[in-house]
Amino acid sequence: MFNYFLRSLSATLSYLWSGWGAIASLLLFCAAWELAGLYYGSLILPGPVETLKQLGTLFDQGELLPELLISARRALYGLLLALAAGTFLGMLAGFSVTASILSRPLVTLFLGMPPIAWLVLAMLWFGLGDATPVFTVFIACLPIVFAGAMQGTRTLDNQLKAVADVYGLPPLMRLTDVYLPHLASYVFPAWITALGTSWKVVVMAELLSSSDGVGAALAVTRAQLDTSGTLAWVVAVLAALLATEYLLLEPIKRHVERWRQEENA
Amino acid sequence: MSMKQLKVDNLFHKYGIVEVLNNISLSVSSGQTLALVGPSGCGKSTLLHIIAGLLTHSEGHLEQPFEQLACMFQSPRLLPWKTALDNIALGLKARKISRLERQQRAIELAGQLGLTRDDLDKYPHELSGGMQSRVALARALLVSPELLLLDEPFSALDIGLKLELYQLLRRHVEEHGTTVIMITHDLMEAVRLADSILMMAPEPGRILAEFPMAQPHALRDDNWIYRTSVELMQQPLVRLGFQLDGVGINHEDMPQPVAHGGCAP
Ligand SMILES: Nc1ncnc2c1ncn2[C@@H]1O[C@H](COP(=O)(O)OP(=O)(O)OP(=O)(O)O)[C@@H](O)[C@H]1O
Ligand SMILES: [Mg+2]
Repeated sequence: MFNYFLRSLSATLSYLWSGWGAIASLLLFCAAWELAGLYYGSLILPGPVETLKQLGTLFDQGELLPELLISARRALYGLLLALAAGTFLGMLAGFSVTASILSRPLVTLFLGMPPIAWLVLAMLWFGLGDATPVFTVFIACLPIVFAGAMQGTRTLDNQLKAVADVYGLPPLMRLTDVYLPHLASYVFPAWITALGTSWKVVVMAELLSSSDGVGAALAVTRAQLDTSGTLAWVVAVLAALLATEYLLLEPIKRHVERWRQEENA
Repeated sequence: MSMKQLKVDNLFHKYGIVEVLNNISLSVSSGQTLALVGPSGCGKSTLLHIIAGLLTHSEGHLEQPFEQLACMFQSPRLLPWKTALDNIALGLKARKISRLERQQRAIELAGQLGLTRDDLDKYPHELSGGMQSRVALARALLVSPELLLLDEPFSALDIGLKLELYQLLRRHVEEHGTTVIMITHDLMEAVRLADSILMMAPEPGRILAEFPMAQPHALRDDNWIYRTSVELMQQPLVRLGFQLDGVGINHEDMPQPVAHGGCAP
């Protein structure tokens, strides 16, 4: 037990340590941004400091959080629907050779379809309510999750299935002890990609179809030619994305995949 | 206890159109140990998988009356996402034995196999090849099967460990009345452990000869084992099966082994 504790402690520390690299590279990027800002002037490209100040103002005015929450809610609904449907359908397709052969070109097709095309269709179908961004997020994330789940199911190891047969694993245990752990290593990366996509798509959808949310706020700053406001919103969106990925999903992924060989440390 | 008997009658097996097993007949009574020997590729593992119910044979008859069976495969086939301990306890978990009890039993057995408590907390990729195969053996023994199928169980171990595990296996077999079918490349191992040795030959896989070992296990000292192994090696059918007289390979043309100069600089 103590051993286990030590292992998780060292895993946590090494994760935190790897964060320094990420922070250093972000700071480097900010420096380059600052330089470019000095060169072009703050009207065209406000530097990071000015952008952060603007962000602070937005926060103080009580605009930032409500708008972020509205966008986050829409992205989350679309994403959750896509995760549930995509994982389930992908697993089903993966279990059948025919279904996976049939669905491969469809996945390529759906992945290649630009989200903006879906957005236009969604606006025609659902009008200007919440449903439009939620649907666009859903349909943009679905093929990513579907492909991951199908791939994971297709690569299930026949040798391990034989082990499950010989030792008489009941169906539920087969699922939890053999299929899902394998599947998770394919599905988690797909989920993380889908999360990024959902954020990007929700902002784009709101920009064109909503009167609230971050996308709508961006539309306002654009109309007012407010570059620093635009950048402030962009930074807010990116910060929210990085925070969910590195503070929530990545630690979960590490925990779930702690049995993996550390080849990408 | 009624005498159960595993019977294979005139069994054939094809992979696609390639015949790998040709007219196999054998029988093993409960409590007996049968060793399968033969050159690489002669269909030993295939036969074992058919008996385990993992493969369906093309023709012939198989009567497998034993209910609890366990199989140790030629490769360890451990679940990479489970620790060594949980891998060993897999079969007990499938039988809904409580976590505490199955872990206690697994730890005890693992100790007899020379695995330390530390090793048991590791994931398979952190174990040496020999440890992995001992974990696989423990997983098979822990369910106390009526029929135990072993595919080259000791091939990854050093001589000291082998001798220990031979004793362990014999003790287990005698205590539980286990019926064993084991594959080995080591004639001496077969002579030591088996009640009967089946010599197989390749292309297509068939049985060349059966050598019953009437000597009681208690009376099998090293002397007897060496003598019997040498006698077996002189049998024409054994020489034929292993192609010892140079069918296919011309031994005169083989390069002489280079003397090893030692590892120290
Ligand atoms: N899944 C498979 N599909 C097609 N051919 C196979 C398959 N598995 C084994 N074979 C073929 O069947 C033959 C017997 O294989 P098998 O694994 O039973 O040999 P073996 O006696 O266990 O050999 P070894 O001592 O090297 O383990 C080989 O010629 C092999 O190429
Ligand atoms: Mg084999």
